Amino acid sequence: MLRGGKDAYWGKKARSMVEGRSKRGTLYDGRAAERARKGLEQWEETVYREWTEGHPGRGGDFQTASGIPVKPLYTPDDVADYPSQGFPGVYPFLRGIYPDMYRGRLWTMRMFSGFGTPEDTNKRLKMLLDHGETGLSIAFDMPTLYGYDCDHERAHGEVGRCGVNVSSLRDMEVVFRGIPLGKVSTSMTINAPATVLTCMYAGVAKKQGVPTSQLRGTVQADMLKEYIAQKEWAYPPEAHLRLVRDLMVFSTREMPLWNYISISGYHIREAGSSAVQELAFTLADGFGYVELGLEAGLKVEQFAPRLSFFFNSTMDFFEEIAKFRAARRIWATVLREKYGVKDKRSLHMRFHTQTSGASLTWQQPLNNVVRTAIEALAAVLGGTQSLHTNSYDEAWALPTEQAAEVALRTQQVIAEETGVPNVIDPLGGSYYVEWLTEQMEEEAYKYFDRIDAAGGLLKAVKTGYLQREIAENSYRLSKRVEEGKDSVVGVNKYAKAEKEPIDTLKIDFRAQRAQMKRMATVKRERDEAKVRGALAKLEKAFENDDANAMYPMLEAVVRYATLGEVMGVGRKVWGSYKEPMIL
Amino acid sequence: MPKKATALQRKIRILVAKPGLDGHDRGALVLARAFRDAGMEVIYSGLLPSPEQVAQMAMDEDVDVVALSLLNGAHMTTFPKVKKILEKKGGGGIVVVGGGIIPEEDKPKLLRLGITGLYGPGSSFEEIVEHVRRRVSKERRKE
Repeated sequence: MLRGGKDAYWGKKARSMVEGRSKRGTLYDGRAAERARKGLEQWEETVYREWTEGHPGRGGDFQTASGIPVKPLYTPDDVADYPSQGFPGVYPFLRGIYPDMYRGRLWTMRMFSGFGTPEDTNKRLKMLLDHGETGLSIAFDMPTLYGYDCDHERAHGEVGRCGVNVSSLRDMEVVFRGIPLGKVSTSMTINAPATVLTCMYAGVAKKQGVPTSQLRGTVQADMLKEYIAQKEWAYPPEAHLRLVRDLMVFSTREMPLWNYISISGYHIREAGSSAVQELAFTLADGFGYVELGLEAGLKVEQFAPRLSFFFNSTMDFFEEIAKFRAARRIWATVLREKYGVKDKRSLHMRFHTQTSGASLTWQQPLNNVVRTAIEALAAVLGGTQSLHTNSYDEAWALPTEQAAEVALRTQQVIAEETGVPNVIDPLGGSYYVEWLTEQMEEEAYKYFDRIDAAGGLLKAVKTGYLQREIAENSYRLSKRVEEGKDSVVGVNKYAKAEKEPIDTLKIDFRAQRAQMKRMATVKRERDEAKVRGALAKLEKAFENDDANAMYPMLEAVVRYATLGEVMGVGRKVWGSYKEPMIL
Repeated sequence: MPKKATALQRKIRILVAKPGLDGHDRGALVLARAFRDAGMEVIYSGLLPSPEQVAQMAMDEDVDVVALSLLNGAHMTTFPKVKKILEKKGGGGIVVVGGGIIPEEDKPKLLRLGITGLYGPGSSFEEIVEHVRRRVSKERRKE
């Protein structure tokens, strides 16, 4: 999948989804399906036809957000030859990865936050911990995401704007001041500089006296999706994949509880893909990392339990639920069938979900509370392990404290008041949801086959194949809204002339000034000769493809080499990257 | 007179640009397609050009319009910078429009600088295309 070449598995699998379906066991026996078919035919010809002849209905093309046409009604007949659903905690995990799901433990409520200075973010993290949040999740600003220091020319005006600025270990120490790293789990949305931030986290732990073997958390480090969708890279794809490999090997040895890749469909979806594309491209990336780990000489069982996934949840309620369910089954199936994995934990697809930022509207912003609630419910019904709910004001700016609180409360209402978590996979057995789950799976396997035939992921990314697929879909979606085929309340339906202003969070230049000041202090106080020595060692490691660059990187980081200096070594060795024209 | 009519009807050339550290290109790519379907000649900057590079591209490509898209909160620094460099390079007649996540209170200042549009997510293509056309024809009448 990563490097392509026609692998017979994908083609065979894509075909057998339809042809060999009943070999996987059946959901309903022939008689039940037969009864349902007869009943349905009769109902359609009499009751339904008579009714619809007298009532013209709403019209429009009834289809899912991915464009899959849907019928008015689903019956056992639609799913008769589908494989049996199995049980939660049992391969292939369609109904959930744990036997008790939310009856045992609720999902982790993990609110993504970060803005301004490390001090601002430290305060917000403590506020969220006080409000009952159970896991930290940090957003970084653009300079950090691209690996530039706060005093770099390109960072001007961007410091602390859409996340916290971290330019050196000193900043990281402030972000986690008073937060014991041995007791929390921390997710960091960081990709191109994920190796550097992992070293910083380990550096803070060292100062707090916590052994790296106890550190729990996640870095995103999903570089494939950066080229596909989020587009925050520093180097060419091969160089970044090599760093991901080093991170996998290092973490396996030194930080065994660290989830070092969060394979992300979120950004693929936000960039305008369909649910099918999100599912297919994300899982393809997942198989790509499996192959990367194997190339590095690791065993799948060593690293698969540390891979986790990150999906989007947006407005087509049932399609989203079907997507989550399908994802679990595909991951387990392919890992077992193609990569020969037996260990159960390695077959588990654990995933985080975030509600869709792109579904939020700046018009009538309070409606976004409702959207987020529905999306969050879909994620819970889909069996997510953790969840971030967006704030209603995010089409305007970064969330205010009040908006972030409402977002967290939305999850708490679902968890505590609806009764939804009391039953495992409560939509399992719904004819529609089961049918749609199978549709998603079928379409995903077709994409795997196409990507592999196109030369694998690396090539598909470098030729822009995947990016163009997404851009086309995104334009299709926008046009559907423009033409009124899809409705967005408050935008192309029930729009109001007057604006409804809301209070938004303001970020001024204070963060930039404060960060630059601290940067100057760090550079003044550190042992310059040792920093230079460590960076020279790092350069040698970057030049030698067989070395693991994490060890010299950790040394440079704890000597207070800055983020920009460390990333700069890579820029010198590997150069930058220009993506293919997508238009 | 006929010459002027031609100038007014000439196809609009538009540079869709994402200056600064921002990979959120969904809006830019969608709008590039919408401008193209509205009969404009579209040039796309690709990702991560500096304001200087965007202005240079606009001059080299001899465009009527630069459409800037930013969702990273840096519009108050980056948009005016592009405009200023354009003016310095003699491109003061190039229409500059912008969009992305732009808080209400930022808009007056950008408008004063002649950076208009300032559409957010969910704005209609029709409205945006119409805005660009109106500004270009106003500019061309000055010619």
